[in-house]
Amino acid sequence: MTQINVRVDGASYTDDVEPRTLLVHYLREQLGKVGTVVGCDTSNCGACTVHLDGQAVKSCTVFAVQADGCQVTTIEGVATGEGESATLHPVQRAFHEMHGLQCGFCTPGMIMASIDLLKENPDPSDEEVREGIEGNLCRCTGYQNIVRAVRQAAAEMSGTAADDPQAQPAAVDTAATEHVAAQA
Amino acid sequence: MTAVEDPTSAVDLPAAKEVGQARRRKEDARLITGKTTWTDNMVLPGMLHLAVLRSPVAHGRITHLDVSAAKERPNVVAVYTGADFAEEQGSLPCAWPVTPEMVNPGHPSIAVEQVNHVGEAVAIVVARSRTAAADALEAIDVDYEPLPVVLDMEQAVQDGSPLVHDHTTSNTSYHFVFDAGDAGTGGDTEQAFADAEVTVSRRFVQQRLIPAFMEPRSVVVQPSGDSYTMWSATQIPHILRVMAAMVTGIPEHKLRVIAPDVGGGFGGKLQVNPEEILCLLIARRLGKPVKWTETRGESLMTAHHGRDQVQFIDVAADRDGTVRGLRVRLLADMGAYLRLITPGVPALGAFMFPGIYKFPAYRFECDGVFTNKVPTDAYRGAGRPEATFAIERIMDELAVELGMDPLELRRKNWINTEEFPFTTVAGLEYDSGDYHQATEQALELLGYDELRAEQKRRRESNDPVQLGIGFSTFTEMCGLAPSRVLGSLAFGAGGWEQASIRMLPTGKVEVVTGSTPHGQGHETAWSQIVADELGVPFEDVEVLHGDTAISSRGLDTYGSRSLVVGGTAVVKAAEKVVEKARVIAAHLLEANADDLEFTGGKFTVRGTPGAGVGIQEVALAIFAAHDYPEGIEPSIDAEATFDPENFSFPHGTHICAMEIDTETGFAKIRKYACVDDVGTIVNPLIVEGQVHGGLAQGIAQAMYEEAIYDAEGNLTTGSFVDYLVPAASDLPHFDTGNTVHVATSNPLGAKGVGEAGCIASTPAVVNAALDAVRHLGVTDIRMPLTPERVWRAIHAGGDGGDRAAQGSNAYGGARTTESGIQEAAQ
Repeated sequence: MTQINVRVDGASYTDDVEPRTLLVHYLREQLGKVGTVVGCDTSNCGACTVHLDGQAVKSCTVFAVQADGCQVTTIEGVATGEGESATLHPVQRAFHEMHGLQCGFCTPGMIMASIDLLKENPDPSDEEVREGIEGNLCRCTGYQNIVRAVRQAAAEMSGTAADDPQAQPAAVDTAATEHVAAQA
Repeated sequence: MTAVEDPTSAVDLPAAKEVGQARRRKEDARLITGKTTWTDNMVLPGMLHLAVLRSPVAHGRITHLDVSAAKERPNVVAVYTGADFAEEQGSLPCAWPVTPEMVNPGHPSIAVEQVNHVGEAVAIVVARSRTAAADALEAIDVDYEPLPVVLDMEQAVQDGSPLVHDHTTSNTSYHFVFDAGDAGTGGDTEQAFADAEVTVSRRFVQQRLIPAFMEPRSVVVQPSGDSYTMWSATQIPHILRVMAAMVTGIPEHKLRVIAPDVGGGFGGKLQVNPEEILCLLIARRLGKPVKWTETRGESLMTAHHGRDQVQFIDVAADRDGTVRGLRVRLLADMGAYLRLITPGVPALGAFMFPGIYKFPAYRFECDGVFTNKVPTDAYRGAGRPEATFAIERIMDELAVELGMDPLELRRKNWINTEEFPFTTVAGLEYDSGDYHQATEQALELLGYDELRAEQKRRRESNDPVQLGIGFSTFTEMCGLAPSRVLGSLAFGAGGWEQASIRMLPTGKVEVVTGSTPHGQGHETAWSQIVADELGVPFEDVEVLHGDTAISSRGLDTYGSRSLVVGGTAVVKAAEKVVEKARVIAAHLLEANADDLEFTGGKFTVRGTPGAGVGIQEVALAIFAAHDYPEGIEPSIDAEATFDPENFSFPHGTHICAMEIDTETGFAKIRKYACVDDVGTIVNPLIVEGQVHGGLAQGIAQAMYEEAIYDAEGNLTTGSFVDYLVPAASDLPHFDTGNTVHVATSNPLGAKGVGEAGCIASTPAVVNAALDAVRHLGVTDIRMPLTPERVWRAIHAGGDGGDRAAQGSNAYGGARTTESGIQEAAQ
């Protein structure tokens, strides 16, 4: 066992871990941070993505001991404030607004990867978003609404989003207006 | 004289309808913040963890199995083998004996004497931690006597083939036939072919696929006295409860099954899994809570697969393109065992091969074949993608044979909108639609004329990158299902769905549904439906599901059934609530119930402006129950069970424009446009999302995914490194649209949408690829369209060949192609 000191989502922890313990297992099993999930064994799916000292990492590729002395942010720590009054991160909000999730299992990793992507590139094109999140697999959405969400968040974070916070996905894309119009 | 209502009586304008609104999902709040309840998140006091030792051989007898050393490992509580459960494990259920003669060899949850596929459970370690259990697997000593491995269906059905199950007489489980002539729904198929001016025959391969839901399967069982609670990442808590009770002998009323947040299923979690039964048996034996969570490798190797058919399809037509007959013969790979609906999947497709076309004659035959592979079962579309692929591919082949435009051939033969309802040669009554309108809209979305012009330019300039355009004008049967129809197909259950509505004293509404979501957004859509039906705010509705103690009756989620069957049950329950409330409202308003109108959540007396009582007020009044009519119960809660009389038949036109680099074989979707008719759209965001996701999976079958076994029966695509689930960068932008022709089989007018994109897209993609390179002599390319396959099809002839070793996959290795080229299998 090795002792580590790590700050996760704003709280400090001191724990003994086996050297082979992966960061994701430490988060889930020792800290109860079960918002971060495991989707594969080969670091392909990205479901376990967290921020380690501000950078997106797949927490299944990091040993817990490597996080010693580091700051970790998980999906549970990106909103500001607590409980029902918490303010969502713009990327979280955009995933909701743009229907960028269905079953939601990939979503924590997808959101963490997207936040990191926007830090690197605050105004990505569709193609750049697709390239930027290619390390994260989603089986439900076909990615199109995730791309919309990331671009919507980018616009909001840079202050160029449409004024209407309830802007329809149709505002950034084609299809939804026709759906609504067909039933009006 | 017509009575005209006094306009002044409409005091309150009804609220805007919820159905049709792009409501953001209620489900999202917990999913985007990580406040989720995945089964693997569950921690219980004293909980033990399971790890499973799995067979590394595809077919063999267990000659030696010693677990004594594993039992001595630290933190190990118990180690079990098949011998420990041989007397009590029974057989995993198969609910669909498609023929009376079907051979079901039985399916132990853990192997006792023999293993029949790689990954089959052989021993189980129970330990204090996941890692301790996994570590102890190494200490188990096991030897196998290898048996001949049966992998190729076409070889497996030959006389003299080694048998997967030596207590059977052949590898054929069943022979299922549907003949329209015999059924009285069509003419004599053999005669139609004998008389035909043109016939086209093809052999298509539906490769084996893996559902690959993102959340690995996980099971927790907690014993409490003689009762058990099981949490499972399942699509089917209700069916699982019944089946697990029957398999284990635990009385049904002593077993509660909960599907908490479930991370996708796509049919892959429509199963009674060996590990679910084993967790129950071990929890019963130890009296302790246990958990099993699979690794991704275990999931890909042992969770059921999908598709895997060899399709022989013949079409007969007149020279002018009028179709005269259709003949289909399938070999369908069952794998080593029959799981829940393994044999029924190809039978579900049997009725959809005629597609949207007016065939006067049709015959379908299918052999279910055992091989030493993991069983196949439901995967998004289950039988219908296979049928749609075959018919949409061969319509293109017929068009080529006749020298006709593929769309012109389709138009000539499809059902016209004024012909609905239309009874097909397979005996199904299609409800509604307009294939012409959907096609015209899709052509416009695609920008068809420009792309055709560009294709011509590239063709003429001999551009190394060629362009092709492929169509799929599809329909599907969904909304499983009329119980009588399922009965006639020998399915072991009905197809109804149940809902109940509880009116709480504060006016809030609880809706209990038997349809269990795993990403589809039931909580949101059902809230919209109930908000309209009861005239209550969307926010005041809470939807409960997925727990057999809360939702006591249900048949769960698959086959695009939730909205059309489960949603209709909600509507029916709401109608009952209103009728019960009407009696009480009349009492409170001192009016005759017949004189009450109900709009916008309020009962008013016709012709008496101002007077009225809201249904939420009625809920409080009847909770107090101080003043209500005699002879009725003091409750306006209601439940309803809906059994549909027919399927619904969504349809659409999907068009793919594909670029093929003839020098590298690289295929890239240039543009994808589709127009789907799914009837009434309750929530356009959710509908669009379902279409997108379906497209991704259908395109993935065409271009990326294939479960491959080597010659020894090892799955060589057992990780996400090798099994190519597409990433964002692998998929195009989708241009989607809708037409709306309401379904006639349910009051919502809704048709299913969950499987549509997946069913429709695959043939459009392959047709597009062929359209790009057909002038180079290519007549077929085997899925998935890897660059290697495409290149070989262009440069070496044939269909691109098999990626696996000769004879190892279901579809043969080397074979002689139509052009007579003997292609080498690598």
